[in-house]
Amino acid sequence: MDLMLPDSGLLFWMTVIFGLVLFILAKFGFPMITGMVEKRNKRISDSLEAARIAEEALANLQQEQERLISETRSEQARLMQEAAAERDRMIAQAQEQARAEAQKIMDDARVRINEEKEAVMQEIRNEVALVSLSIAEKVVRKDLSSDASQKELVDKLINELENQVT
Amino acid sequence: MSWFKRILFTLVLSMLPVIMSAGEGSGAPDSEVNVAEILFGHTSDGYGWHITDWKGHHVSIPLPCIVYSRSSGWHFFMSSKIAHGHEYEGLFIADEGPYEDKIVERGADGELVRPFDISITKNVASLMITAVLLIVIILGTARWYKRNDATQGAPGGFTGLMEMMIMMVNDEIIKPSVGEKHYRKYAPFLLTAFFFIFFANLLGLVPFFPGGANVTGNIAVTMVLALFTFFAINLFGNKHYWKEILWPDVPLFLKFPIPIMQTIELFGVISKPFSLMVRLFANIMAGHMMVLGLVAVIFVTVKLGPVINGSMTVISMLFGLVINALELLVAFIQAYVFTMLSAVFIGMSRQDEH
Repeated sequence: MDLMLPDSGLLFWMTVIFGLVLFILAKFGFPMITGMVEKRNKRISDSLEAARIAEEALANLQQEQERLISETRSEQARLMQEAAAERDRMIAQAQEQARAEAQKIMDDARVRINEEKEAVMQEIRNEVALVSLSIAEKVVRKDLSSDASQKELVDKLINELENQVT
Repeated sequence: MSWFKRILFTLVLSMLPVIMSAGEGSGAPDSEVNVAEILFGHTSDGYGWHITDWKGHHVSIPLPCIVYSRSSGWHFFMSSKIAHGHEYEGLFIADEGPYEDKIVERGADGELVRPFDISITKNVASLMITAVLLIVIILGTARWYKRNDATQGAPGGFTGLMEMMIMMVNDEIIKPSVGEKHYRKYAPFLLTAFFFIFFANLLGLVPFFPGGANVTGNIAVTMVLALFTFFAINLFGNKHYWKEILWPDVPLFLKFPIPIMQTIELFGVISKPFSLMVRLFANIMAGHMMVLGLVAVIFVTVKLGPVINGSMTVISMLFGLVINALELLVAFIQAYVFTMLSAVFIGMSRQDEH
């Protein structure tokens, strides 16, 4: 039974053939395949990492965008509020100014009216004095027959005038 | 699976009475089928590649014989020249004796002498077919990576299948067993060993010409494979590995005056590749034997009448089918086991101090 006895010829050929196969495949076959597959695996994992980073950046960007939008919105609200306040303030100011102006105009008018009134009164008084003088003259001219009564009348008139003036 | 078992069981039971009654009636058959001859004839090496018998003639592919004799020098001839007991240039195939079925010549004193024989036998031819197939397939796969940018896409079809298998062996067996640090150096050898064994195993299961030889079930073939592993383990073993063998951390009396531990360790060094050699050989040999034995049942039972023969044929075909399917699994498992154990042994020889 030669089952358990290795045959020398087969040993020789197996060594030669397996050695040759090993040489060829170890040089041109397996390292090429495993190397390329490992390169691809590395690329895949790199790409995954890059995708993860990009996703993260995108998420950050979105967050930033949301933050900007909300900021802008609050800024807008603030500006509008300010503008409204300013408007109210300006309106109030204008009203105030207008009221003051009106008051001033009224005061001026009142002063002028008073002045006018005074002047008119003065003129009327002068006129009245003149009229009364002329009346008095006419009266006096008629009654100047006696000196005594004349004098008495004059005094009386002067007194009256003085009283009136003071 | 249970329905299958039930059918099988019923079949066997139904055969029993027939077999028994037939066994009583049949006398000694005139031309006995020699089962041992069938089994060993098909599993052992041969000078020609026997294909079939046709009308009483052997039909076989002649293979070149290369023989160096001390007395008559080199001889090159086709195996058909010495088939069927013919003699060619003083060389013939021995019928019996220690050199049974080998090319021998007669020495000066009439003794049978075996010349130096490196003939391309059936197993060598099968090895060459395996080698060519392996090289074509692996280089064909590698060519895809040369032609295409592997970083831009993965191959499909057969190349994809081969890539998957190669990376499975590389990442699942070699990398964890040898260790992340050193595995690159050993990966080509271990991958070659895996695919060589796997292809040879599969070719051995094909029952006709390009396959059918019992290559990995031959101890010379597994011995060479185990020797390659042996050298891969021991040529690159580090200091730690050799220290474990030559001066292990045990009490002094176990290693100094009489090197007990060293002897045990050295025995381990040899038994590791030896176990690889025997495991592969025995598994594949046993698989071939089982299939052949089941097929032989058909020829053995021919003499017992058509009923038994027919029923036994059905049974042997069913069992043969199951065993063949099992052998497909074994073909992969044995390649896997050989590669993994080689990788583990190599990993042990490169282990760092712990």
